[in-house]
Amino acid sequence: MSESVPGLAPEVFASVEAPVSPPQALEEVEFVQLLTPEGERVEHPDYSFALDDDVVKSFYRDMTLVRRIDTEATALQRQGELGLWASLLGQEAAQIGSARALNKKDMVFPTYREHGVAWCQGVDPLRLLGLFRGVDQGGWDPKDNNFHLYTIVIGAQTLHATGYAMGQQRDHAIGDAEDGEATIAYFGDGASSQGDVNEAFIWASVFNAPVVFFCQNNQWAISEPIDRQTRIPLYQRAAGFGFPGVRVDGNDVLATYAVTQQALKRAREGSGPTLIEAYTYRMGAHTTSDDPTKYRLNEDLEHWKLKDPIERVHAYLSRHAGVEHDFFDQVDAEADKIAAELRAGCLALPDPELTDFFQHVYVEETPQLAEQRDQFTAYAASFEGEG
Amino acid sequence: MTKITLGKGINAGLRAAMEADPKVIIMGEDIGKLGGVFRVTEGLQKDFGEDRVIDTPLAESGIIGTAVGLALRGYRPVCEIQFDGFVFPAYDQIINQVAKMHYRSAGRIKMPVVIRIPFGGGIGAVEHHSESPETLFAHVPGLKVVACGDPVDAYWMIQQAIASDDPVVFFEPKRRYHEKAELDESVQPTLPLHQAKVVREGTDATLFCYGPMVKTCLQAAEAAVEDGRQLEVIDLRTIAPLDLATIFASVKKTRRAVVVHEAPLSLGPGSEIAARVTEECFYHLEAPVLRVTGYDMPYPASRTEEDYLPDLDRVLDGVDRVMGY
Repeated sequence: MSESVPGLAPEVFASVEAPVSPPQALEEVEFVQLLTPEGERVEHPDYSFALDDDVVKSFYRDMTLVRRIDTEATALQRQGELGLWASLLGQEAAQIGSARALNKKDMVFPTYREHGVAWCQGVDPLRLLGLFRGVDQGGWDPKDNNFHLYTIVIGAQTLHATGYAMGQQRDHAIGDAEDGEATIAYFGDGASSQGDVNEAFIWASVFNAPVVFFCQNNQWAISEPIDRQTRIPLYQRAAGFGFPGVRVDGNDVLATYAVTQQALKRAREGSGPTLIEAYTYRMGAHTTSDDPTKYRLNEDLEHWKLKDPIERVHAYLSRHAGVEHDFFDQVDAEADKIAAELRAGCLALPDPELTDFFQHVYVEETPQLAEQRDQFTAYAASFEGEG
Repeated sequence: MTKITLGKGINAGLRAAMEADPKVIIMGEDIGKLGGVFRVTEGLQKDFGEDRVIDTPLAESGIIGTAVGLALRGYRPVCEIQFDGFVFPAYDQIINQVAKMHYRSAGRIKMPVVIRIPFGGGIGAVEHHSESPETLFAHVPGLKVVACGDPVDAYWMIQQAIASDDPVVFFEPKRRYHEKAELDESVQPTLPLHQAKVVREGTDATLFCYGPMVKTCLQAAEAAVEDGRQLEVIDLRTIAPLDLATIFASVKKTRRAVVVHEAPLSLGPGSEIAARVTEECFYHLEAPVLRVTGYDMPYPASRTEEDYLPDLDRVLDGVDRVMGY
């Protein structure tokens, strides 16, 4: 390659070539794990999970229900009832573990894939479908559940989260690890390349904002693998911005809970931001429009299936917590019921009118837009009575 | 009565807004101790503290993106973009987030964010410091776009923009920062934010202008008297939405119109005014609506800017042409 660069001596070219990072650097090293893929509890020097098995059962329930909701939404898309769906398959532990660590007053800024976080915050799953069915562009009030609207522009919400956290700071809502407020920003490995995410890191750092950056590294940004986004493990980037970074086994709900809880406490008490890299895998397609068979190997998928976030909790509960199959059956039955309700609710969602959209462009509508709305209304009315 | 400059008018307006509402905060590059590169925010950090007058890192998307978050928390951020050409790193946040948040949320979320941008040329600056990008914002549903043209408007309009529950892009004519006028703060403004102002009455043709071109057009109107022409001058003040009622009323009276702006010609504010006037005042017009504007090129090197910018002579040339039909 160096020979093809005219006027540049090969040794000069060689000296500017980027160093090759060791291939293992992006893989599973140095992460916090408290529950192995086989369902065995393990200790970690800095993090522990001290809650009882009822909480673990509730994690299992949450993960199973959101997987079922997700499966139903994918099916609805395949049947033409949704225009698109972004599946969370494989990321249930990362989402449930982190979201269950939130307090009521904490604020969440999601991407468009945080269906599990939405569930934990109490957002009706049906509300999530509006955007994907095309009946609205954000069907819930963020204030009701401290869960902001889904953000599709990659990484933009990390700045919103940081600004919101600066507001919490200015409202003197921090200073106490339990009673204080924090903000959590969700984003993915692809977003880590965005300027906005890097600017959010800088803002959060220099203003010591109470924000937790929760990166779900699911290894794929549509078709681009993680090594197209970074040459070092993502959590290590935090050091360059001046705050702690930690990598957690994103398929381990106990570890994700413990790590997020500690980062949130740190934020609430006024000690500033943390970057969490939840190391996980996108088991499905990027969205229903994607075809992962064109760019990744089936062996990878098989490898990650062995690390399934729900299976390991199932194994732990049945082997070590004496949980009987009745419990699992009940959760499955509940999941099917929720899925059926979701399907019925989706099919019953009314199509909106264009006039609904005219009215929300401005708080104080402009005369020009009012005129256009009236023209549209009159034009639409001119067809009434036609067959 | 106090004699103030346009820059001091904005400063005083910001101060009044901050005194009236503790949720008003201002943020931008070098706006604290330095008081901004144009000194528009001078003294505000000293009086309101670093939590309300925030010197930000040097990243415009970060300024607007964090302002969105602060607005979601209930604050009313006023963001300073240092120069017109530097707004573009923030363009995504402005277009996709600030402008659409109320809409996407079906009206549940308000975005009372003001984005102050010193704009226009004529100061001998290097590139990216003299641009007029107002059309790029005026074309975006969800945003409101205004420009002040004199010190008294500067004082009131910035307060009205801050009070607006819709996001406002607030253009300040940087080469007029030192223009002076008498301000009586006790007299409430007679015009709402989105209304144009007849700054000189006339009968023969109307000059529509805003920002730095208001002074230029007033000078042209003064000079035109020697030619026996009485020109009406309208400071549009609001570009999105345009105050069409005032525009139409003037054209129906004078029957001739010239739109003057520094921004490039094609698809600029003049294009929209010409189209609207044609639709509404077709039978009143004695001549097509003409435009005297910057050219369809990136802003030129400053030693040629006198030829690029509409000046008194080019405006009068436009008047000659519109009177010649």
